[in-house]
Amino acid sequence: MLTLKDLAVSYGPIAAVRGVNLGVGKGEIVALLGANGAGKSSILRAAMGLAPITAGRVTLSGVDITGRDPAAIVKRGMTLVPEGRRVFAHLTVLENLTMGAAATPSLRAKTVANCERMYELFPRLAERRSQMAGSLSGGEQQMLAIARAMMAEPAMLLLDEPSLGLAPNIIDQIFDFLTAVNRQGLTILIVEQNADIALEVAGRALVVAQGRVVKEGTSAEVARADLASLYLGAGAAA
Amino acid sequence: MTSEIIIQQLVNAVAVGGTYALLALGLAIVFSVMGLINFAHGELMTITGYGIFFSLAAGLPFPLALAAGIGLAIVAAVSMERIAFRPVRRASPTIMLLSSFAVSTILHILMQNLIATRPKAIAIPEALAGAVNFGTLQIGAIQLLSIIITAISLVGLTLFLNRTLLGISIRAAAEDFDVTRLMGVDANRVIATAFAASGALAAIAGILWIFQRGSVDPLMGFTPVLKAFIAVVLGGMGSLGGAVAGGFLLGFIEVMARAFLPDALQSYREAIVLTVVIGVLYRYPDGLIPRQVSVR
Repeated sequence: MLTLKDLAVSYGPIAAVRGVNLGVGKGEIVALLGANGAGKSSILRAAMGLAPITAGRVTLSGVDITGRDPAAIVKRGMTLVPEGRRVFAHLTVLENLTMGAAATPSLRAKTVANCERMYELFPRLAERRSQMAGSLSGGEQQMLAIARAMMAEPAMLLLDEPSLGLAPNIIDQIFDFLTAVNRQGLTILIVEQNADIALEVAGRALVVAQGRVVKEGTSAEVARADLASLYLGAGAAA
Repeated sequence: MTSEIIIQQLVNAVAVGGTYALLALGLAIVFSVMGLINFAHGELMTITGYGIFFSLAAGLPFPLALAAGIGLAIVAAVSMERIAFRPVRRASPTIMLLSSFAVSTILHILMQNLIATRPKAIAIPEALAGAVNFGTLQIGAIQLLSIIITAISLVGLTLFLNRTLLGISIRAAAEDFDVTRLMGVDANRVIATAFAASGALAAIAGILWIFQRGSVDPLMGFTPVLKAFIAVVLGGMGSLGGAVAGGFLLGFIEVMARAFLPDALQSYREAIVLTVVIGVLYRYPDGLIPRQVSVR
């Protein structure tokens, strides 16, 4: 579904991603693991058209989307739940969800129905629909960020550190939700520092260090590996 | 009698402050969405003035001439964005600022050379010259109209920003531009709309300004927009509510200084007004209503 070929990302003279190859098949959950600053987020941001790609190709369902505008990529069915949730703090919950459905006229027409669907999935959001998103708890904001992305009815969902800073029971809820929507056919690529939880839901995983993939395999294989030394880039030399 | 004077001056303050508020709001909308301080904002007022002048000269009735002036300012604002600011959108704030200086200067020179350096008179309908009596209280028709127009504009803009998807998108973009693009929203469309709104606000403020002075000249926009900048800083850079609050507060300080400072101090009025502004900023360094940006 999503293929990255020899992807490189640089911010000025700083190379964040150096030739990453990655494929996510339809219906899969794939986890991208690695330490802070390894380049995981840059990979997602580049795929989404938010980070400068210096080399390589990004294809979504066979269509080359390298360096396309994020708005165009959303319309092609892929969307990102950004790191740190990034809900619009001074928009209400309902307005945040409305923004999530802004991409195309047909999505806009379904805004009300899709909001109701999100409220059923996340009842906490229903209670707070008229509140400013900034007044929600961290967990509720993460639910809102995911619900907002789901409003675009994506076929492929990218998530950047969805567990960051959240209580364990909230993390469980969020990952249960991801497992459930994956069963309904949503393809997911998830960046996580919390390897345990990510490997639990993902079928396959890749470990990234210093902008390169240093380990790739089924979740069981990656779980058996010495993640600590991989995180430090030990695998790069191997 | 004293209370009447005070009420009279309060009405003045609301009328003057409203004009500043509209101008400041136009600056703030553009700043909040793309981080550009548009020094050419005053030229939009001037363009409105010439739009009205030439429409009247062509024989259009007054209300239609006003509409033409507003339309012209909106077209000018959107064109400015398309021609001058879009190419430097990703550049540093300094470069964007310099671009807006350039636009402002080019428009000055064009208007001075192609139209006139001297003011062109715009005849204001007689109905606006009079005053309206509320009991013993007498309020100028122009002031009353200014207040009504300001109120309608602010309510209209609030409805637009809260009830329409494009308006909500502008608020979202003001908070987090990248994530707004992630929603599949066309960035160009949001920015163009913000400019169109700022053009309309500048035009309405320009009309109120022209009602007061009855003429248009190439430098007409300079002073009011300078005041609007002060209002924006006073209210909190990029905060829309702040721009309105800053505009009204500045108008209030100015009018009260003009009305109640002793004659001996009147020549220091501007300095005294700005001292009060500095005093307010000393107490509220981020402005009255600081910009609301989500924590990243």
